[in-house]
Amino acid sequence: MAVTATPAHRRAPLARALPNIGFYALVILFMLPTLFVFFWMISLSLKTPVESAAYPPTFIPRQVVPDNYQRVLSGEFFTNTLNSLIIAGATTLLGLALGAPASFGIVRWGYHRIATVMLVARILPAISFLVPWFIMFRQARLLDTYTALVLSHLVVNLPLIIWMLIGFFEDIPKELDESGQIDGCSIFGVFWRIVLPLVRPGLAATAILSFIFSWNNFLFSVILAGRSTRPLPVAVFSLLTYQETNWGPLAGAAFLITLPILILTLLMQRHIVSGLSLGAVKG
Amino acid sequence: MLERQARVIFIAPALIATLALLIFPIGYTLWMSLHAWQIASAVSPQFIGLENFRKILFEDTRFREATVRTLGFAAFAVTLQVVVGTAMALLFHRRFWGRGFWRTVAILPMVTTPVAIALIFVMMMHPTLGVLNYLLQSIGLPPSLWIYDERTVLLSLALVDTWQWSPLIMLIVLAGLAAVPEEPYEAAKIDGASRVQQFLYITLPLLRPAIVVAALLRSIDALKTFDIFFAMTSGGPGYASETINLYLFNQAFSYFDMGYSSAIVVVFFVLILGLALVAARLRRTSWQ
Repeated sequence: MAVTATPAHRRAPLARALPNIGFYALVILFMLPTLFVFFWMISLSLKTPVESAAYPPTFIPRQVVPDNYQRVLSGEFFTNTLNSLIIAGATTLLGLALGAPASFGIVRWGYHRIATVMLVARILPAISFLVPWFIMFRQARLLDTYTALVLSHLVVNLPLIIWMLIGFFEDIPKELDESGQIDGCSIFGVFWRIVLPLVRPGLAATAILSFIFSWNNFLFSVILAGRSTRPLPVAVFSLLTYQETNWGPLAGAAFLITLPILILTLLMQRHIVSGLSLGAVKG
Repeated sequence: MLERQARVIFIAPALIATLALLIFPIGYTLWMSLHAWQIASAVSPQFIGLENFRKILFEDTRFREATVRTLGFAAFAVTLQVVVGTAMALLFHRRFWGRGFWRTVAILPMVTTPVAIALIFVMMMHPTLGVLNYLLQSIGLPPSLWIYDERTVLLSLALVDTWQWSPLIMLIVLAGLAAVPEEPYEAAKIDGASRVQQFLYITLPLLRPAIVVAALLRSIDALKTFDIFFAMTSGGPGYASETINLYLFNQAFSYFDMGYSSAIVVVFFVLILGLALVAARLRRTSWQ
């Protein structure tokens, strides 16, 4: 490039045209809906039943009460959280165990066509697997088991895991793994002792996204889970079905289910942004 | 250890797992779509050939209406989020204090549990007690019935979808913006082009490939939107927000008509695959 780029050149032309205060006002304007929904979730969860049904609504609760959280936590919330942790954890571990060697192999030996085939699982509507799975798992008496839930989550997560990891493995210079082999490592040794430690940040980012997608999954769980394996999204949804206008506990439950994800995302923001834009994948 | 064996050991497990969980269900669905089978009844599946497909394509008005709704919802929602997402990308492309933090805040809706989002929007869209109507009225606009009115329910759901997924468009367009070269702007400035002209005649055309990709990805997902529909309206009021997904869900898991719902799966499947292929072709031409 002939011209040395100053920061001003890097700005988007539209943004460049706006004076600073107007620019910040625009950022705030666009962020307002996002912020407001989360704010409203928290605000409702801290209100008394009377105040949460008041009209006109109050934005900052006049009286902050812990009752809603107490009510949510007194139910089966812990069992449901445990179920969610088991399902999302097992899906992620299994997904990495299968996906890491596969994406290493795909990159090393150039089988990118296999990765494309896996994308089919991403394009097809999730509900189209659900009908045959329901019949299969019903026949195998696997409804309401972790096995059925983990397997179903795996199908949507594995392509995501493989696609994300391919990106990370491609960044590793091939000479490293060749020199390892000259030093007498088998290909397995190269993979385990040289390559995997190098992609550790990538593995962490992939694991977190996979965990989040599994944690959020609703459709598979609503059909394949039962009383003993019910994860959080289904449990929270069932709060709505016998809903009064007592919104506090609902908002509290919604906030509790969201909280771990908010924390993970804020902690791992850079990796998560790259992962999300890469595959642009959704459960 | 032979290299060939190593390849198999590395790749085969993931491939077999995916294929087993994909191919078998696909084959089974194709086979079941040729049968009449109520899973709740004791009668075993009856082979009826293409009867299910004849019914879906020529007789089932509920399916036809669901298809129109699905396409309409996707078209409206994606158009809206392309506009919002691109605008967000243009804002976030500029360096400003706190940009990293705000960008993370911006993507939070994408990673938040959809059911939780649905619950909050149900409360916000309540016709008499909801905060959205309060906000509308406080700036002098008439209140809306949101998801409780047949005429506004799809628009309301599209707004929720836009809230959730505009950040994805933003991320993809941001990546596109990072690749926009400087030279055309230098030339344009020498030629005396205004900023609006620069935006319309340089930035937008250069961003077109990124915007097209983002819109296509989102369209495929928007057609499959399930969680917010199921949690917020379950297809109601009446059938006013019943999309193909919801109709399929009802046929399979409320009426337990496995033969017929398998056939709907096949039709839905072909629809999405067809659109994905069109998308892939469009994408190729848009890169040229």
